[in-house]
Amino acid sequence: MSVSTSSTPALSGAATSPAVVQQSATPALDKIRIENLSFFYGQNRALKDITLSLTENQVTAFIGPSGCGKSTLLRVLNRIYELYPNQRAEGTVLLDGEDILDPKQDRNVLRARIGMVFQKPTPFPMSIYENIAFGVRLYDHLSRSEMDERVEHALRGAALWNEVKDKLHASGTSLSGGQQQRLCIARTVAVKPEVILFDEPCSALDPISTSRIEELIDELSSSYTIAIVTHNMQQAARVSDHTAFMYLGELVEFGETQTIFTAPKQKKTEEYITGRFG
Amino acid sequence: MSMQPDKVRLRSLSARRRSANVLFQSLCYIATALGLTALFLILGSLLHNGLGGVSLRVFTENTPGPGSQGGLRNAIVGSAIMTVLGVCVGTPIGILAGTFMAEYGRYNRVTPIVRFINDILLSAPSIIIGLFVYELVVVPMGGFSALAGSAALALIVIPVVVRTTEDMLLLVPNSLREAAASIGAPRSVIIRSVSYKAAQAGIVTGILLAIARVSGETAPLLFTALGNLNFSLDLKGPMASLPLIINQFASSAYPEWQSLAWTGALIVTAAVLLLSIAARVLVSKRSD
Amino acid sequence: MVNIPMSSVSVGARDLAIKRFAASDALFRLVTRSAAYLVLTLLGAFLVTLVIGSSLALSTFGVGFFTTQSWNPNPDILKFGALAPIYGTLVTSAIAMALALPVGLGIAVFLTELCPLSLRRAIGSAIELLAGVPSIIYGMWGLFVLAPVLQNFENNYLVPVVADVPILSSIFAGPSYGQGVLTAGIILAIMVLPFIAAVSRDVFLTVPAVLKEAAFGLGATTREVVRKVVLPYSRVGVIGGAMLALGRALGETMAVTFVIGNDPKVRASLLAPGTTISSSIANEFAEAKEPMHSSALVALGLILFVITLIVLSAARLMLARMNQRAGA
Repeated sequence: MSVSTSSTPALSGAATSPAVVQQSATPALDKIRIENLSFFYGQNRALKDITLSLTENQVTAFIGPSGCGKSTLLRVLNRIYELYPNQRAEGTVLLDGEDILDPKQDRNVLRARIGMVFQKPTPFPMSIYENIAFGVRLYDHLSRSEMDERVEHALRGAALWNEVKDKLHASGTSLSGGQQQRLCIARTVAVKPEVILFDEPCSALDPISTSRIEELIDELSSSYTIAIVTHNMQQAARVSDHTAFMYLGELVEFGETQTIFTAPKQKKTEEYITGRFG
Repeated sequence: MSMQPDKVRLRSLSARRRSANVLFQSLCYIATALGLTALFLILGSLLHNGLGGVSLRVFTENTPGPGSQGGLRNAIVGSAIMTVLGVCVGTPIGILAGTFMAEYGRYNRVTPIVRFINDILLSAPSIIIGLFVYELVVVPMGGFSALAGSAALALIVIPVVVRTTEDMLLLVPNSLREAAASIGAPRSVIIRSVSYKAAQAGIVTGILLAIARVSGETAPLLFTALGNLNFSLDLKGPMASLPLIINQFASSAYPEWQSLAWTGALIVTAAVLLLSIAARVLVSKRSD
Repeated sequence: MVNIPMSSVSVGARDLAIKRFAASDALFRLVTRSAAYLVLTLLGAFLVTLVIGSSLALSTFGVGFFTTQSWNPNPDILKFGALAPIYGTLVTSAIAMALALPVGLGIAVFLTELCPLSLRRAIGSAIELLAGVPSIIYGMWGLFVLAPVLQNFENNYLVPVVADVPILSSIFAGPSYGQGVLTAGIILAIMVLPFIAAVSRDVFLTVPAVLKEAAFGLGATTREVVRKVVLPYSRVGVIGGAMLALGRALGETMAVTFVIGNDPKVRASLLAPGTTISSSIANEFAEAKEPMHSSALVALGLILFVITLIVLSAARLMLARMNQRAGA
């Protein structure tokens, strides 16, 4: 992962050499493989035969105009759509080679393995400490001190520890918007997922909070496979290794971020990233 | 209202409209004054007739025989026992049913039907509940009992709690449920740890309103708990209750009983109004 | 799993957790579903119980139960007709609605259009508190405070004044004892007034402000805005609220029992004593020794339940329609 959020301007970052992008010593693995994925809201087909892969320990960005299906795609990956009736997915989504759409797969465990951070910060109506411990307790039985450690580790990981260490038992909703979003990231990290999905995580935040979250995503990408949906093309260029451009439920173009932003193959992609529509 | 250029007509029309409006507004003021007057008259006569009788002995002595002095201890204790029992049985059922309607069964076809029926139960005549419990509990048990009275009160609590629980859970944003699901929490944990917590104040308000409602109920107790002039803690026998004693004493010819009825009425009303106000404060706190 | 730094949770612990969650989730779902179905069956259970309980009386008296008014629990006679309580129930509720509807709507208009904002909440709360006062308090107040005042007024003013007016003289025929159909109707009106006021206010508040502003902008007066904009827009909701109040009036027991005089006869004069379904049950059921007597009272309950069921269903359907429109 090469793109430094703080110093690299939007598009020039994508121009760095390919060798830097593939910095990791291990060969890139497909953490998630999506094959012929279609998605339906009732009769309405929102995704059409999507096929692509999320590379392990890299950031994949999904861009496209509103309603293109990018958030829907994310919501398939942890089967969160199953909370609602009349929504269904067809096709295959392989996580480490196992089909997660198989009804036999436990969706709760799947969601513990594939965490998600939402558009609007959603702290639970509990203390900061409990916001994090709540998820950990579901699958791990930790002693008091182990839990303290895990909470601290998660809060440090989300760059929030220094701001909240003296008020861990204050309500999670008492934090500012940017802090709340970092709390949600800490909460997600604390359950030790393998993949983290970000659904427009900065759209409700101010520019300073946004850049902190971007830095955080950058740091997290060394340990997690990350997918991020964003409306902001500069953000996609800054944080991602791969970019998928979607339009009307179809995957128009998918490739390395620098290629998508500097030499898109499809005319539609070019039009979108140059701001001619969307 | 066609705009004629005829100024005279226009002016007379507007004068008529204006006086009609003044009359209309005055009637609205009078209506409000009537409503408030009724409230003050009722509360005023309660205080006037009941306050004098409030003393320690009301709480320490049992209801007297005709023509003698006494208190309301057995009635207060009986009311408390049956209210607590009724609320303890009715509340969990109500919360669970409301939970199904707002959570597991939100998109279920049965849920609107349950809601409809619950809304009807909410305003169904309470004397019908008395008849139902009589047939279902009193007849098989072979007599009037505090248990039957509590069952009747529980049946009144259920729809109140179902309604508020469902309403309050529906107000919990789905984003919160999604967030909890996304860290691997199963539905039951989401409901218990997140939805309930977010809806807590509202659900407690519903319970307070239910307590307020049943503590003044008389009709469903008439032929379930029956009433008792003696102190009794036997759940299988008839039990006194404040509203029942008020009913009996107020319609009697003895001035001592009538005066105790006023005192009991004051106590019941004060308790009910305090509970309603507490519920109101809780709701307004939540919305601030 | 290669190179997944933070996934340290043992597979065994997870499997255990999965099983635990699957079980507890299924159990919780089952328990909540059972509670919901219990609520669902309650209404039916009420009906079945009442039908069984009333079968003796209904099969014995047949249609005559609804059309005759002799009510005699004497063990040697045991003849029951429900006409008087049905008549009393309908008439007292009609009086209550006739009095409470205009006043309640007036309060609602006051609260939404005329009241200064600072007072709106206080007065609204006071009206709602009136709704929380237990019905037995209304009954007692009616018996001790209202009935003597009414008796005095009716005997000294109302009856003499209408004495020579054809129809009114029989509707308001004296002497009045204070307790009677009219008194019961007035007490019921005071009881349902806060419901009507509160529901109408809530319904009025759903009228979009732009509609009212547009009308005011054209120079309409408050009265015209209410009549031409607010009421047409909220008609369904107001009717629904009124029927909800009617449902309560029909089934109200304690407030009526104290002041209606409890005489099972149909009389032309509203000042005369009468009875209602609920007050007959309240007065007689605990003492009814004869199975036929109890059964006749349960049959009264069944009639009341069916009437209120119809009224309340209509009310709920109307309010639901109103909400749907407000939501759309």
